[in-house]
Amino acid sequence: MPPALPGARPDFIQDIAMTNGNSEHVTYRVKHFDPDRDQAPRWQEYRIASSAGMTVLEGLWQLKETQAPGLAWRASCRMGVCGSCGMWINGKARLACNTQIAELESSFVTVAPLPNFDIVRDLVPDLTPMFDAHTVVLPFLIRSDRAEQESPTVEYHQSREELERYLQFSYCIKCGCCMAACPTFATDALYSGPMPLTQAQRYNSDSRDDGFGQRKTVLAGTAGPWRCHYAGECSRVCPKGVDPAKAIQLMKRELVLDFLRLRRHSRPTDLVEKPEGIKRRPDIPEAPARTV
Amino acid sequence: MRDQSLWTWHVIAGVVILVFLGLHMGVMHLDALLGLFNPEGGHPIDWGNVLARMKSGFFTVTYVVLLGAALFHGLYGLRNIVYELGPGAGLRSAVNAVLWIAGLALFAIGSWAAWAASRLATTL
Amino acid sequence: MLDVRGHPNRLGLWGWLGGGRWGTDRYLYTLHRLTGLGLLGYFVLHIIVTSSRAFGQQAWEQAMARVSGPLFLIGEYLVFIAFAFHAINGIRLVLIELGIGVGKPIEPVYPYRTSLDVQRPLAVGAVLLAAVLAVVGGLDFFVWH
Repeated sequence: MPPALPGARPDFIQDIAMTNGNSEHVTYRVKHFDPDRDQAPRWQEYRIASSAGMTVLEGLWQLKETQAPGLAWRASCRMGVCGSCGMWINGKARLACNTQIAELESSFVTVAPLPNFDIVRDLVPDLTPMFDAHTVVLPFLIRSDRAEQESPTVEYHQSREELERYLQFSYCIKCGCCMAACPTFATDALYSGPMPLTQAQRYNSDSRDDGFGQRKTVLAGTAGPWRCHYAGECSRVCPKGVDPAKAIQLMKRELVLDFLRLRRHSRPTDLVEKPEGIKRRPDIPEAPARTV
Repeated sequence: MRDQSLWTWHVIAGVVILVFLGLHMGVMHLDALLGLFNPEGGHPIDWGNVLARMKSGFFTVTYVVLLGAALFHGLYGLRNIVYELGPGAGLRSAVNAVLWIAGLALFAIGSWAAWAASRLATTL
Repeated sequence: MLDVRGHPNRLGLWGWLGGGRWGTDRYLYTLHRLTGLGLLGYFVLHIIVTSSRAFGQQAWEQAMARVSGPLFLIGEYLVFIAFAFHAINGIRLVLIELGIGVGKPIEPVYPYRTSLDVQRPLAVGAVLLAAVLAVVGGLDFFVWH
């Protein structure tokens, strides 16, 4: 057996690639935009070798290493957790790390920055408007017991059922795919968008929260869920199954009931009773000092 | 605050329209199947049938209710579409004003017609 | 604050109609808008034309004569189809937008089952029902008269 060339992949990996019929070449069509040189974005095509299981993000890395050293994009965890690599891939907003080239079922991989956001450079969108809208809907627990929130003594009570009322919406990684897919956000810059509204609903439906009235000042207005007409695109593209369209409709129900004075106001849950007469076991160390 | 109330009314108006426009469409376009409120037979827009409905207090009242609900529903829908095209603040208030004026004018024409028609029918 | 010279990249109106690979519900959304606009346009004319009844039989029959003929009949039938779709799809939208038929929040487990899948029977049913209504209306418009 001849000695393996440096850098060559072991035979068995190539075998897997061959048996999957996937050790082919694909053409990447990539949108480029350099603010210092380009007046408008331009498309460029590259051919790269793809193998079984290869993701769109891995293809981009390969491109950068071999053909397009200046190509810019955002990515970090490469496993669908950080939400950095949202891109417009073959006509749909997806995470580049979460999308295998094979699942596109095409010999072309078209990669563009997420639409509805300004292009900073190449595949990097400026997500600032989304995070601004996110801030405006107060995405945190709002309660009257400020002191307890700042320096907690015990936990807030929450049952499993109460948790499930918002858990799905808390899986959001703020990648911006839903904003890129939304037909309203495509034309209306004043619309909050699916992500901020879903997060507002996440806190509105949290049994520990008492901020419905405060968030309503934004949500009842023109930036609120009224701009949603259930095109459903956000839920279709969400890489985490957060289902923003569902959150927005549930939010509309609450706001309509509120307008009709039919919304049941429930007090935010109380603190769990502090257990008494319990001593720390000697083998469990003290909690470290707070750093914030 | 405005859209919370406007949208709720939009939905309520939609349900009202569903009932009365459903009836209207049934009378006008499914007449051969249902044969509702066309005492003279023939086509629902023949004068005899129209006159019979003009005489009826039920039709006069529901026409005005339907007119108002449908104008509100339709014009709020149009306002939604225009607003979602991202106009500036000045254009927004202009659109608002135009839609209110147009809506009220059309409501005035339509309800005057319903009232005048009902008066005419009772004299004939 | 980072000084960013961004290039605008909104999909714009193109995002309502094309510009990507969209799902069924998005086309229903576009169709709902277009039929709504069509119905509103018809309605404005309808208010004015039918107001002629207040001036008696002659005015009414003149107005009706002006809007008769095969072109108007076909136009009216298009309005009827738009009504059928907008009404039936509207029922679906009222239910959904009040949070009925979209399901409760669930723990997302891949492959995700979203509210789109939960309400799918409603969407299919609405389109079928609208189609049936359009066919029955068509019979009344063109065959039974």
